[in-house]
Amino acid sequence: MKNRFSLIIIIIFLSLCFIIFYKGLNNSNIYTPKINTRDNIPTFKAKDFNSNIYINSKKIFEEDIFYIVNIWASWCVPCRTEHPLLMELSKNQSIKLIGLNYKDNLKNAKNFIVKFGNPYSQIIVDSDGTLSVEFGAYAVPETFLIDKNKIIIKKFVGPINREIIEEIKLIIK
Amino acid sequence: MKILKLLIIIFLFVGFFQLKSDEKNDEIKNKILKNIRCLICQGQSVYDSESDFASSIKLIVDRKINEGLKEELIYQFLRERYGDWIVYDPELNKKTYILWVLPLLLFLLGGVIIRKKLKFRN
Repeated sequence: MKNRFSLIIIIIFLSLCFIIFYKGLNNSNIYTPKINTRDNIPTFKAKDFNSNIYINSKKIFEEDIFYIVNIWASWCVPCRTEHPLLMELSKNQSIKLIGLNYKDNLKNAKNFIVKFGNPYSQIIVDSDGTLSVEFGAYAVPETFLIDKNKIIIKKFVGPINREIIEEIKLIIK
Repeated sequence: MKILKLLIIIFLFVGFFQLKSDEKNDEIKNKILKNIRCLICQGQSVYDSESDFASSIKLIVDRKINEGLKEELIYQFLRERYGDWIVYDPELNKKTYILWVLPLLLFLLGGVIIRKKLKFRN
């Protein structure tokens, strides 16, 4: 009786181990932070891309509309892919795009904007990458959707695509 | 002349304590950086990594220490942005409960089995 009980316990234990390892092996071992967030936007002071004047985050997000914060750089190849889609999104009146220029050469960044167009209502400079960390970003490009209550409701890691644009349009409708 | 000597002594003392304080801050900074995972080059700590992300985190940690933030608050700041996974040493909370308790339970279970076996033999 006792032996049977021990055997059952061992079988249950081994099955549990098998399930855990089987499930674990199927999961990706590359960690990505959660994308459906509900965090407040950080408060910060950042240098304006055009005027070089420091602006407060409250001033940047003062309007009662949706905002997109897009982290980009002229050296970032995927940023070029998503740029036409950002240009398209900038035509929408119910959303404002804020560009966060990440660890970039200012001259190259300005050339990028001249060449591909400017979808942003304001561009701020993040020369050392610390502002991106305040937002919880870890790669370029990254895009954050901010609602009217100034809460980050969505985070898109990597270049945005047509599907994401449609999703954003649906949310801000 | 006496005043000059006194000033030099004060200056040396201030310099010494400043150096000690910088050393202590560096120690705390290195301890924190070794306990933070680099999200770009996973498997490496931020301390060991030279990626853009790691260098930004190094600056942020340095800034937070200079602002007087305690170690735990710096971890909390990073956890809020990147999740519990960013810290190598996870804290005990609802999500990590099993992680901390399961080895202890298995250890106790093993102990009970061994004890029973020994009792049975005797």
